[in-house]
Amino acid sequence: MSNLKDTLQTLSIEGLWKNNPALVQLLGLCPLLAVTATFINGLGLGLATLFVLVGANVTVSVVRQWVPNDIRIPVFVMIIAAYVTVIELLMNAFTYNLYLALGIFIPLIVTNCAIIGRAEAYASKQPPHLAAYDGFVMGLGFALVLMLLGGMREIFGAGTLFAGADRLFGDIASDWTIVVFQTDNPFLLAILPPGAFIGMGLIIALKNYIDSVYKSRVESESITKVERARVTAES
Amino acid sequence: MNTGPLFKHGGILAAFAIVTTGLIALTFQGTKDRIAEQVLAKRLAILNEVIPTTMHDNALYTDCIVVQSEQLGGQQSVYRSRLNGEVNGMAIEATAKNGYSGDIDMIVGVDSAMQVKGVRVLQHKETPGLGDKVELSVSDWILSFNEQTYTPSNRALWRVKKDGGQFDQFTGATITPRAVVNTVADTLEYAQKNWDQLATTASNCEGAS
Repeated sequence: MSNLKDTLQTLSIEGLWKNNPALVQLLGLCPLLAVTATFINGLGLGLATLFVLVGANVTVSVVRQWVPNDIRIPVFVMIIAAYVTVIELLMNAFTYNLYLALGIFIPLIVTNCAIIGRAEAYASKQPPHLAAYDGFVMGLGFALVLMLLGGMREIFGAGTLFAGADRLFGDIASDWTIVVFQTDNPFLLAILPPGAFIGMGLIIALKNYIDSVYKSRVESESITKVERARVTAES
Repeated sequence: MNTGPLFKHGGILAAFAIVTTGLIALTFQGTKDRIAEQVLAKRLAILNEVIPTTMHDNALYTDCIVVQSEQLGGQQSVYRSRLNGEVNGMAIEATAKNGYSGDIDMIVGVDSAMQVKGVRVLQHKETPGLGDKVELSVSDWILSFNEQTYTPSNRALWRVKKDGGQFDQFTGATITPRAVVNTVADTLEYAQKNWDQLATTASNCEGAS
């Protein structure tokens, strides 16, 4: 069973870090940049995308033997569109205020290339349980970036965190808002779309910095071990 | 010509289309009532904010008419509040066309003495952090309309302070509050001029019973 464990571990690292749909593949940027003005909006869209990814991946994986190669794309699109519509109806019914806040970006999950990308690249070639896990970690990776960016923009822009939590969790969450600092004049740059691009750029830069620090540390360790300079030549 | 794969592929596509559409139809059936409830609850909550529940004993959302007026910014709904069958107030929807970015939809509650009971912005695309202070969730500015009485002679007061009126503008944003104040004043003027007609027309809107 260690084989399965290794596979799951690889999938987790890929989805959350090495091949993160938002930070590395840069897929689904339209909803990512548009809705992340607050943490809760980011969390809401992140969860919706996560559910669609898991559902679409499992379904694509289950039906993969019956779908001829020539028509796989229209079939995948239909499956994804069905899941998105179902999620939209459910959000409309159960989290109505969040549905109003996210607006057009729920149906736009259909156009999130991360979903059809995973269906095509992974789920259509793998058994359902692995496809489900892949969808889960990819969705989680995407949702985490949405929450991070939303949290950053909300704190810098409006000085609050978790504002509007009752939209997602109901009335018990109405006093969850944390006021980091009081301001009458919000920092517009962070709230408006340019703030999303700048924030996203900073997060990607941070990730690349961490990667390069990690890489140089691994390199220097291997140098002392093998006593040979330049083990890896690739950039 | 080999038409085998054509029909096979067509059949598979059709099968998927039927299954996925079926799933959506099932979800739609399952959530339909709940969604209608949510939309109604939202509408009721807003109506009750601009017309106090103590003021009326009728179902506001079913007692409404559709009117067409330039002053209100196009086709709008008017909800009548009644106590013992007598019309004692109205909630009038209006659209400000001169906001900073796009239309500002609002609803104005007013009683028969032309005293404002409440104003709420329903939908807008104003700049976050500046113009969006017209929303109650952002700022309580919109409450400054409460209890103000409109008469044709005090129309000059229904402006932002910059224009010589009594309502605050926002730092860095005058256009949005100006648009809202002017539309509220227009709505009140319209209500006063057409009160009897608005009060007596039979219900004819979507929610009417």
